[in-house]
Amino acid sequence: MLIKKIFFTIVVLTFSTVNAGIKIEHWLTADGAKVYFVENHDLPMLDISISFKAGSARDTLKDNGIASLTNHLMLLGSGGVDEVDLANQFTDIGAQLDSSFDQDKSSFSLRTLSEKKDKAIQLFNLVLHKPDFNGEVITREKKRYFASIRQGETEPSSIASKAFMKAIYANHSYALPESGTVETLESIDQLQLKEFYNNYYLSNQSSIVIVGDVDIAVAKNIASNLSAGLPNNPNTSFYSKVEIANPQEIKIQHPSSQAHLYYGGAVIKRGDPDFFPLYVGNYILGGGGFVSRLTGEVREKKGLVYSVYSYFMPMLELGPFQVGLQTKKDQIDEALTLVKETVKGFIQNGPTEKELEAAKSNMIGGFPLRLDSNKKIIQYISMMAFYNYPLDYLDTFANQVNDVTIEKIKLAFQKRVDMNKFSTVIVGVE
Amino acid sequence: MHLFKLLFLLILTPYFAVAEVHETTLANGMRVLVKQDSRSPVVVSQVWYRAGSIDEVNGKTGIAHVLEHMMFKGTKSSKPGQFSEIIAAAGGRENAFTGADYTCYFQQLEKSQLPVALKMEADRMQNLVITEKEFNKEINVVMEERRWRTDDKPTSKVNELMQSLAFVSHPYGRPIVGWMDDLENMNYADAQEWYDDWYAPNNAILVVAGDVIPSDVFKLAKKYFENIPSRQIKSRKPQIEAKQEGVRRASLKAPSKLSYIQMGYKVPALNKDLKQDSADIYALEVLAGILSNTSTSRLNQNIVNEAGLAVSASASYAMLTRGGLSLLELYATPSEGVDVLTVEKALKDEVAKIVEFGVTDEELNRIKTGVIASDVYQKDSVFYQGMQIGQLETMGYPHQLMDQYTNKIKAVNSKQVQAVAKKYLIDEKLTVVTLDPQPLDPNHKPQGRPHAH
Repeated sequence: MLIKKIFFTIVVLTFSTVNAGIKIEHWLTADGAKVYFVENHDLPMLDISISFKAGSARDTLKDNGIASLTNHLMLLGSGGVDEVDLANQFTDIGAQLDSSFDQDKSSFSLRTLSEKKDKAIQLFNLVLHKPDFNGEVITREKKRYFASIRQGETEPSSIASKAFMKAIYANHSYALPESGTVETLESIDQLQLKEFYNNYYLSNQSSIVIVGDVDIAVAKNIASNLSAGLPNNPNTSFYSKVEIANPQEIKIQHPSSQAHLYYGGAVIKRGDPDFFPLYVGNYILGGGGFVSRLTGEVREKKGLVYSVYSYFMPMLELGPFQVGLQTKKDQIDEALTLVKETVKGFIQNGPTEKELEAAKSNMIGGFPLRLDSNKKIIQYISMMAFYNYPLDYLDTFANQVNDVTIEKIKLAFQKRVDMNKFSTVIVGVE
Repeated sequence: MHLFKLLFLLILTPYFAVAEVHETTLANGMRVLVKQDSRSPVVVSQVWYRAGSIDEVNGKTGIAHVLEHMMFKGTKSSKPGQFSEIIAAAGGRENAFTGADYTCYFQQLEKSQLPVALKMEADRMQNLVITEKEFNKEINVVMEERRWRTDDKPTSKVNELMQSLAFVSHPYGRPIVGWMDDLENMNYADAQEWYDDWYAPNNAILVVAGDVIPSDVFKLAKKYFENIPSRQIKSRKPQIEAKQEGVRRASLKAPSKLSYIQMGYKVPALNKDLKQDSADIYALEVLAGILSNTSTSRLNQNIVNEAGLAVSASASYAMLTRGGLSLLELYATPSEGVDVLTVEKALKDEVAKIVEFGVTDEELNRIKTGVIASDVYQKDSVFYQGMQIGQLETMGYPHQLMDQYTNKIKAVNSKQVQAVAKKYLIDEKLTVVTLDPQPLDPNHKPQGRPHAH
């Protein structure tokens, strides 16, 4: 958990590759689910994940929180098997069920020993095909949501990130808090949750990834059964387009000792042709941890922060470019000025030849680290599958990185990173 | 550059592999342990120093962690930050963390790059340069880290108070990151002193895991580390904790909506001599699991799901520590409108039920099944495999402990769980810290305005 902070940017934008030595099989099921499969018998275990376009971007102002609540309740009772029984059945065979959620997607994953896979998969299918959305459980879990939302309203980092999304996304659903609000969650009932599930947990909009100790025939069977039990609807909808919001400067008081800063705007979608120059450029600007310019200027030279970073987060619609840091309150103006100068200097002049070479050599040379466990492989390929990356993405990654030049980075940053449109949020002003 | 307090919790569900650990000791006393895993062409290198906050003295708390930061600030032959640049250019990731029991520096690399990491670690083990100028900048970074990690996080503050209240004479009472006042008064000479005291090959362990051949690693280790002279390491005082003679309580005010409670029972850790009777320790380990391993474990099922008294409730126990003792801790966040004392009572009631009725076979089997599955799952991470060897050995346990764990857990029965609950989870061993939530300044308002160009 602690390590994550510094590596955050690397994790978010982790999609690299040089000849991975990883063979991905790909097909569609009869019900239209995309399937990606990596066979690997080194360990007697199997990982399966499935993702749906059912993130908080599906929320509206009126029902904000419904996507998150649906994702959460999926694990709490299915097909008449109550939450306790269900959880115990997984535990009794040593299988692990998990879910994750963000603006774009709702995902579920299973990890099981090979020898227990039949039972584990049967349970996993039950969870995905027949969620109960039990009334009492809804009431109880809503209370927990309320508590967590109200708690978040007292925490500077949570206040800051909500304010930032609101500032850069205005009326788009990306602006809505992922977990919703007390007011909107209050009225959500079982019927709405079922409807949400039926509308968006669609086989024909799902991506399934299977990694581990089965052969392709078995994998095909697993994927068919998994997708066959899901709702299906050919009339699929997509998330609405982002309109760039007017820049804002938001300052919020808080009794904390540090001020929290977020700076940036909506910039990039998945599949953007400028992705590689922006990605490599950002490694140099603020994504490369200790060796990035922002860390050099704000932390190493001045000692103003413990952590400062920047990242591009490409999403189905325009995702953010964002700089973040925390510093003692009376240093926040100095830190913000330094951030702006550093970003501005980078946009104007791009990286040096030496910086670019170091970046490429890190990304290409460090490629094997990104896929050195089944867990990392399934996470990586799930991302590729959900966002429709080409199948040869892993094989062409090194070339794509290699093709980036100083000029291309400058051009991409000048075209895409417009500081005049960026918003600033500071929580913890005096 | 991080400090890791709870890392040893990883060992709660240890991975106990059959795969062999290869070991050698260099002429200067430095130990080298290698775990081969050829699934991917990667390697992790970790240098562990037996020096953590447990070795600090009053007035200089936090120095172990500050030195960890200074280890990135250059040597006689390299500039500040240069190591990080070299590792990054080699395609690697690197970081470090400081705990109560140890400090660890690590690199993850494509396998052919291992020599880059070893050369660099050997250099900073003997040639570190600590200047006043670099120190004075970095100490500010560490103070920012403390503000971020502890001062602005109410539950972290509760935990800090918990440790300092539970441990009176034992150094586990002091925060790893250090008290702010100590950081403000620290100087570069303190860092130099710490480095001189503890950073010697005979106080360090090299762990390498990944797609490597053990004999090759031994050769590399010899080449880079064996010429570093060993030094006399100062003797350490036992610092045994004074006997607790009654419940200890404190409350802490901080801006928050929800309250919070942390309860710690003083319990033993596993003896370093594995021939000693360890039945209590493994029973405590199982007890913590039955209280909080999964969503249907007792605390979550009974207090959160059924009674609705809390929005979260859990337990933890670190059975392995260098300091020879530990806490079995219970944590809960009361639901809105529920008094923290009610939740404290509910937590104690769960313990009392176990003392009175024991635990079920189903519960015991679930713990055992989980441990057996973890054996397999944890082999998926090369980093973790290295981590486990390094932690054990630095704490003073032989890594062969890993081979016993599953069987020891399997042998635990209900009577033993009942017995340790009765013996250790009593008021005379208890410390309770609660969070008294304070509203934010009611006058605060967003001050938004459109950006003017």
